[in-house]
Amino acid sequence: MKIPSGKVFRNDAYAKVTGKAKYSDDLKFFNMAHAVPVYSDYIHAENLRVDTGAAEKSAGVLKVITAADVPGSIRFGQIDQDYCMFAEKKIMCAGDVVALVVAEQRSQALSAAEKVVVSADPLPVVSDPEAALSPESPVVREIKNSNLMNHHKMRRGDALQELKNCDIVLQEEFSTQFIEHAYMEPESAVCVPRQDGVMEVYGSMQHPFSTRRFVGALLGEPLSHIEVYQPPTGGGFGGKDDTAAIVCARAALAARLLNRPVKLTYTREWSIRESYKRHPYRLNYKVGIEKSGRVKAVQVRMVSDGGPYLSVSPWVNWRSTAQCFGPYTVDNVYADVLCAATNNPVTGAMRGFGAPQVNFAVEQISDIAAERLGISPLEYRRINMVKQDGETVTGQVLDTHTVSMEQVMDRVAGEIGYEEKLGKCSRGTSEDDELYGVGLSISYRGSSLGAEGMDFCSSVINCQFDGSILLETGIHENGQGSESVMLLLLAEQLGVRLDRIKYKRSSTSNIPDGGTTVATRGTIMGGGAVNAAAHKLKQLMADNLNDVLQCRPEEVRFEDDHVLGPDNESRITWDEAMQHLFLKRVYPYAFGSFQAPDVSWDEETGQGDAYFTYVYSSQAVELTVNKSTGKIKLQNIVAAHDIGRAVNRAMVLGQMYGGITQGVGMALSEDLEIEDGKFPHLDLNHYKIPKARELPEMTGIIVENPDPQSPSEAKGIGEPALELIAPAIANALYNATGIRYRDMPLKVNPEELK
Amino acid sequence: MSTEQTTSVLTVNGTEHALAETELNMNLLDYLREVLNLTGTKNGCGTGACGSCTVLIDDAARRSCLTKVSSVVGKRITTIEGFEQPDGTLHPIQQAFIDAGAIQCGFCTPGMVLSAYSLLLKNKHPNREEIRKGINTNLCRCTGYQQIVDAVEQASKTMYP
Repeated sequence: MKIPSGKVFRNDAYAKVTGKAKYSDDLKFFNMAHAVPVYSDYIHAENLRVDTGAAEKSAGVLKVITAADVPGSIRFGQIDQDYCMFAEKKIMCAGDVVALVVAEQRSQALSAAEKVVVSADPLPVVSDPEAALSPESPVVREIKNSNLMNHHKMRRGDALQELKNCDIVLQEEFSTQFIEHAYMEPESAVCVPRQDGVMEVYGSMQHPFSTRRFVGALLGEPLSHIEVYQPPTGGGFGGKDDTAAIVCARAALAARLLNRPVKLTYTREWSIRESYKRHPYRLNYKVGIEKSGRVKAVQVRMVSDGGPYLSVSPWVNWRSTAQCFGPYTVDNVYADVLCAATNNPVTGAMRGFGAPQVNFAVEQISDIAAERLGISPLEYRRINMVKQDGETVTGQVLDTHTVSMEQVMDRVAGEIGYEEKLGKCSRGTSEDDELYGVGLSISYRGSSLGAEGMDFCSSVINCQFDGSILLETGIHENGQGSESVMLLLLAEQLGVRLDRIKYKRSSTSNIPDGGTTVATRGTIMGGGAVNAAAHKLKQLMADNLNDVLQCRPEEVRFEDDHVLGPDNESRITWDEAMQHLFLKRVYPYAFGSFQAPDVSWDEETGQGDAYFTYVYSSQAVELTVNKSTGKIKLQNIVAAHDIGRAVNRAMVLGQMYGGITQGVGMALSEDLEIEDGKFPHLDLNHYKIPKARELPEMTGIIVENPDPQSPSEAKGIGEPALELIAPAIANALYNATGIRYRDMPLKVNPEELK
Repeated sequence: MSTEQTTSVLTVNGTEHALAETELNMNLLDYLREVLNLTGTKNGCGTGACGSCTVLIDDAARRSCLTKVSSVVGKRITTIEGFEQPDGTLHPIQQAFIDAGAIQCGFCTPGMVLSAYSLLLKNKHPNREEIRKGINTNLCRCTGYQQIVDAVEQASKTMYP
């Protein structure tokens, strides 16, 4: 059954609004010990010596664990197994953990941690990604012979030749900064050794299955010996994979060595110090345009900072490559996307995943180009944007879904009054203190993993004979409302009351690995799996109930909490259907899986069907700039996204507002300072995420062109919402001040306005 | 928990708790979470930046991570656990948070609800800008605040029609 529009459904809302929801740090187990990590003051050093003697004698201390105590692999990772879960011989960055102190009380562990003595021989710190790529640079990762972590290419047509023949050639350089996820809940894990030998893991994480692999690696135990549960998770945004998994792995090691429950809860300071960040990028574009306004050729080189461990940098960079010139069709592209190893903090997955950096550049280039051409920014975009059955820069023909780029842009431009307001922009001059500007951007985003990974997911429907239903999927709740979406989709498929269905507590021992809940793939992949399982269940029920309903199996319908024949006269309630199945000794149980449609990629040319479908997005902003202070005030934001179909409207809007806000933070206030690999500050007082007063009212427009590539017709909204407000703000800032700002965070120096 | 020498008392959600000497030196957040097991109050930063640890001290929203227990002896503390009506129904602010879709990861939610309560005590009919000001010291990384402002607006209408 569908929920009435305007109604909000969240299965976890009551628990969260009453404080009853138990997050990882809220859990207590009998005889539980407490662990805390120990860091060093080094950034890059060798001959590491860790003296734990004094700490071990400290009151209440049970054990001080170092690399020497690891029974399994000290190093692990999602791609390369290079991430040191305990520093061994070398220190690679400020976040490296040299020891874990375990004590009866957390306060005892904290004071003992100060008694661990660390010494090492410092090495030169590699902190500039460009310099790191020169042959003279010291090599950060000793398993490699250079600091080049990965290099993705696109070679389409002959861009270098074509650029020589273009009427206009733009050369533009942009840079982006380190961004902290700043999920409200810092990492936490509680691990409990079970009497059957299984290690139970309760942790704040985005990916229980990835966590299980990290735990298994550190313990040197098979996956079947580890059962990971995910309590409510206080935000992730891509940031609770590797690091959060390693926090779980360390707690599990302590629990294994002591054979008792151990809790390891991070402070905000440790969280910022150790967790991976969004990659800073430097982007150099050369764009050749014909007088007609059509982009003929693009050459681009991007260099990103990977920190000392690979994490998922190649996948992040791959998305930057596949979407290297935004949602535009260009026949000639020459792109190089590189990642450099440094001793800066580790960088990895963050909501947007290599797209916000690219869009920041490309959507400013769109406005710059339009101005040079003397045409409207909308007109430039209209000329070059991907169209129905058109080709992407990867050579993919977009003929399997509705390409709504223009529709989405027009909805935003219309809602905010873009064309009219463009004429009212100050461009550096105004009679009063405030300069006014409006700015817009567009993007498309490949849904789910694309050619970066194996993409499949499963779901289990276990109907009970009393009429209640248990649902589980391989997708996980990070706060975005994924469980609620799965429940709504199943209720709709089975035609049953929503309150019949309970979402099962997730456990890695219950359901196959469904992949990470990342890449805006929760709804599309999990929903696909729910659909598949529901179809199997309905087939099973139809095959076994058609005699009761006196019809053929294919005529059986599921509506209004009933199972029906072709006409409404033969009908039984859902409860009656379950009783019939019980008497027939048939289990109303189904397992379904959804394999994403095929994608392809050629590493040498950067061509292929990169993603099986795309989300189309546009956002616009109005702002003012104070001439005497340079202070930027956002006045209005409008966003439109074609997400196929909205399953839970209020939550779709919530994702939009939240994603935009993170994008606003990246554009205006967030800048994680790193000086030679060191953090001058490790708190949320200095790292400024947006506050309520810094945001304007926002309007979210949900565009729905049901997507045939998605069994539920729905796509996703998590990342599209974040990836394009920054260039819209930069464009508005230009329209207000007449100055082009190419480096984030965007800062206006009032001196330049005079 | 009470000892004969102890005279200090803290009232939390209507229940009086006698304080031991060591508890007086704790910060209020740790006391609530570790001693009273009131885990609805969250620790998001420990430096007073995020507001996840917000509780009501004599009806004013305060950060419990920066509050020493000794400094609030004799005062009335309300945490999210003390916020439901005696018959178990939700407070109108809680209901409004659910109805407005203002909850995502939920980690900031208890603090937000208490800050909203404190605001509505002082200003029964705040406009949206005043609501933003009232919750400005509570950080949320999920929602972009828009539906939280909607919720507080709705709650104001329900509580003070």
